[in-house]
Amino acid sequence: MAAVAHEAHGHHDAHGHDHDHGHHEESFVSKYIFSQDHKMIGKQFLMTAVFMGLVAMLLSILFRIQLAWPGESSDFLSFFLGETWAPGGILKEDMYLGLVTIHGTIMVFFLLTGGLSGTFSNLLIPLQLGARDMASGFLNMLSYWFFFLSSILMLASLFVESGPAMAGWTIYPPLSALPQAVSGSGLGMTLWLFSMAIFIASSLIGSLNYIVTVLNLRTKGMSMTRMPLTIWAFFVTAILGVLSFPVLLSAALLLIMDRLAGTSFYLSDIIVGGEMLTNHGGSPILYQHLFWFLGHPEVYIVLLPALGLSSEIISTNSRKPIFGYRAMIGSILAIGFLSFIVWGHHMFVTGMNPFLGSVFVFTTLLIAIPSAVKVFNYLTTLWKGSLVLTPAMLFAIGLVSTFITGGVTGIILADSALDITVHDTYFVVAHFHIVMGMSAVFGMFGGVYHWFPKMYGRMMNTRLGYAHFWITIVGAYGVFFPMHFVGLAGAPRRYYDYSVYNEFDSGSYDMMMDLNVIITIFAIIAALGQILFLFNFFYSIYRGPVAPQNPWNSNTLEWTTPVEHVHGNWPGELPTVHRWPYDYSKPGSDVDFIPQTVPLAEGEEEH
Amino acid sequence: MMGSKLVALIVIVLGVIAIAQLVRVYELSSKLRNRGEHEISNRDNRLNAKMMLTFMILFYLGFIYLIYKFGWTGRGDAATLHGRELDWLLNLNFIIIILVFFLTNTLLFVFAFKYVRKPGVKAFYYPHNNKLEMLWTVVPASVLAVIIILGLKNWNETTSHAKKESIRVELFSKQFDWTARYSGEDNTLGRFDYKLTTDANELALMTTETIDSAIFNMENGPTGIKSLESKLNNRKVIMVPEDREKMENDLSRKQRLIRLLYQMKARHNSKIDAQAWDDIIQKDTLYLCVNKEYEFNFRSKDVIHSAYFPHFRVQMNTVPGMTTRFKFTPDVTTKEMRKKKNDEKFNYVLMCNKICGGAHYKMKMMVVVLPEAEYTAWMNGKKKQTFRDAYFAAAAATTAPAEGAAPTDSLAVKVDTLSVAAK
Repeated sequence: MAAVAHEAHGHHDAHGHDHDHGHHEESFVSKYIFSQDHKMIGKQFLMTAVFMGLVAMLLSILFRIQLAWPGESSDFLSFFLGETWAPGGILKEDMYLGLVTIHGTIMVFFLLTGGLSGTFSNLLIPLQLGARDMASGFLNMLSYWFFFLSSILMLASLFVESGPAMAGWTIYPPLSALPQAVSGSGLGMTLWLFSMAIFIASSLIGSLNYIVTVLNLRTKGMSMTRMPLTIWAFFVTAILGVLSFPVLLSAALLLIMDRLAGTSFYLSDIIVGGEMLTNHGGSPILYQHLFWFLGHPEVYIVLLPALGLSSEIISTNSRKPIFGYRAMIGSILAIGFLSFIVWGHHMFVTGMNPFLGSVFVFTTLLIAIPSAVKVFNYLTTLWKGSLVLTPAMLFAIGLVSTFITGGVTGIILADSALDITVHDTYFVVAHFHIVMGMSAVFGMFGGVYHWFPKMYGRMMNTRLGYAHFWITIVGAYGVFFPMHFVGLAGAPRRYYDYSVYNEFDSGSYDMMMDLNVIITIFAIIAALGQILFLFNFFYSIYRGPVAPQNPWNSNTLEWTTPVEHVHGNWPGELPTVHRWPYDYSKPGSDVDFIPQTVPLAEGEEEH
Repeated sequence: MMGSKLVALIVIVLGVIAIAQLVRVYELSSKLRNRGEHEISNRDNRLNAKMMLTFMILFYLGFIYLIYKFGWTGRGDAATLHGRELDWLLNLNFIIIILVFFLTNTLLFVFAFKYVRKPGVKAFYYPHNNKLEMLWTVVPASVLAVIIILGLKNWNETTSHAKKESIRVELFSKQFDWTARYSGEDNTLGRFDYKLTTDANELALMTTETIDSAIFNMENGPTGIKSLESKLNNRKVIMVPEDREKMENDLSRKQRLIRLLYQMKARHNSKIDAQAWDDIIQKDTLYLCVNKEYEFNFRSKDVIHSAYFPHFRVQMNTVPGMTTRFKFTPDVTTKEMRKKKNDEKFNYVLMCNKICGGAHYKMKMMVVVLPEAEYTAWMNGKKKQTFRDAYFAAAAATTAPAEGAAPTDSLAVKVDTLSVAAK
């Protein structure tokens, strides 16, 4: 199959040779804007995601200020939100919900789905497989521009007069269906739904492209079991996306119908704002089933690429093969499969039949097994390694820590009986921010530090990278770790003001007020720490030292391409692969790495 | 004011420090230009390795401090029978996961510290080991089996249906408050239908009278069908097209509803009226009797809410269009809990735990668990305020001022009152 692909792209080879003679004419527009080159598209995804991530982070700081100092006037709030949403510097209740909703939406979909998978799948799939480009450059370009358009719509919804969507990032109807119930369910919610519909289109086009590329465009010798774990992770992620995002689209479409066409998919027997609605027979639970059928695989759509990136980073910088390569592939596949049959664990207390709940308890807890395998394999990879602690490596190690810390609390939440007391409390907020948010963000940062030389041909500043890592891990754990305790005390999430506790439990009240201040201070520190990253990132794009071809002494194919980007990736013929990508410190070899392009020596066994 | 100023100050100070650091770090690194940015010096490597260990220790100390200081705050002991079982299981799970947390995090950070690159030491080529991988598949699987079995056992007991004689109470939720309905003498909750909602019948309970009055309201009320029709047909009234359209929509909506109400009336069996009439509606505070099993039904008027009793370890969503349920037995009175917590002002509480709109955070109801004698005394007082009493009092109050305008209405209600009293 790979050989066929090689043939099919023969014309690219010729094109590649042209580079030696004269530069192929490319206009500014086709090179930087409507580019069909996977490397440029990857960078476009990254830039957009960085911007979206910053917006979402700012939103979180705004509502954290309200939580730490409820009812106190803040110049910061009035500066960003003005008199409409923060009269006198005090956040409005409705806007609090709006901020929470858009923060969650942007972080989950735009930063960690579009940004993470979009950036690194685009950059690395062709480079690590030895392909000239994606299977369809044009669809790839469309995927980015749909993503861009949906980002614009989502941001625009923040400026709507009646406010952005305010029903939480899960937008459960009827709240999200009825403008009478909350002001954000008007135009803001319409924009949210259209933005997400376009986002889903972008994600689908992208994912299909990734799948086809992985299956068809592997270079000679690159069998499936010689692919780096990054590619395996992107591949399974893309399959999850293709199978689950259409279900979210149908959920969104039905909601659009309920809102605009008067249908009753999710609505039944409702009186809102003094108005008796005629809708009858729909079920809000139906929406939740559809939403979480995407929603849970989505968690792994976010997480798997991060795990893939960290596998590569940890192996390279431990100077050791990843331990249990096949078990790692197996656990990626197992996690991918199981992620489709666990969605009900988000719905234990929705009134869903308890028997159905018990089935989901069983399937959900099964996921802990492949996850445990992954953790122990990472640990064994580090064991007796020769660790080079690059900033990327620090973030990858941080990822393993957050994956453990956030993962173990999942065992509590997956157990329906125990979930009764902590469902929808800050315990959940702590859990998913650590296991999904921190892990995926750490994976993304690790990826940026590691592959920056490949993206921009320059090096990022290492010392700033160190400072950035340490501030981020201390800040982020400082934010999310205390939340477990707030949650165990019973604090519901999405509350505008926890001083309501003063009315019935002064002990809890004191604790929540104290911890909320601490959490907010850590959040501000962590947010400021990102300035280091931004400075380092943009500065290094223009002024960083020029990167060597293979800065980390890595085995994978992307480091055999020239530092200067060329269209078609390799100026000459495509490389041929002779071994797996993890021959680090192999006995019998003088150097501690053997790139995949090096043929097996006489009598050498493949791993 | 102080808070935001403090934040602003911290932001500025940290920002200045950050920028100063940036400049300094950059100067240092340019001095070291002869070293490539990709080559990590042994000094940096060792420094970060030590930081890994330091971070781990601080992380653990922070965790232990939080457990010590806040581990049992707020949560307290469970105040229900199933809550105790659940807490036992929760503690067991916590012991397991905290052990795993310490074990794996320690391995991670210690390895990161210990195996940092040392000159002359080559990494150990160790691609796989099937026995080891088997070990860490089978061990977690067996632990999980125990967790699953214990969890499901508890779940089945908690979610099973209540005994026949358990007390039935309904919680009705709307933006942004709770209303309780006790089932009264017959321990049966009267039926309901949302279309029966009127000012005098907020919970939309179903009786012959409430159906008639809902129909009457829908037809003759101030925004009823007749008034809408007369406004729309009145040529002298000039309306903005949008307003007219709105009114026409309102009218067609009400015409659909009235048809359904007449169907309901035709099918209604007046024998079940008594089930609703003796129900007792209670706002503000929910009173429960200690050591009695309760079967709670939950309803919602508008959007999804969630009935969350943190101290009882009870949570169930309230969903418009369907009834959800949960059973529990409170076994610690409010007084006892106050003593236990050493907090005279402590109260059990029912909170909303599903985002439901702007004032979501204020949507709560105090809960008081009384000893049996006190509860009976309270309930005896309440028995004089059944739905029947409240309904006719309210109906009389709302119609009284309108007497001049629509004398026939009030007469109708009065006749109703009499007929009910006669029954």
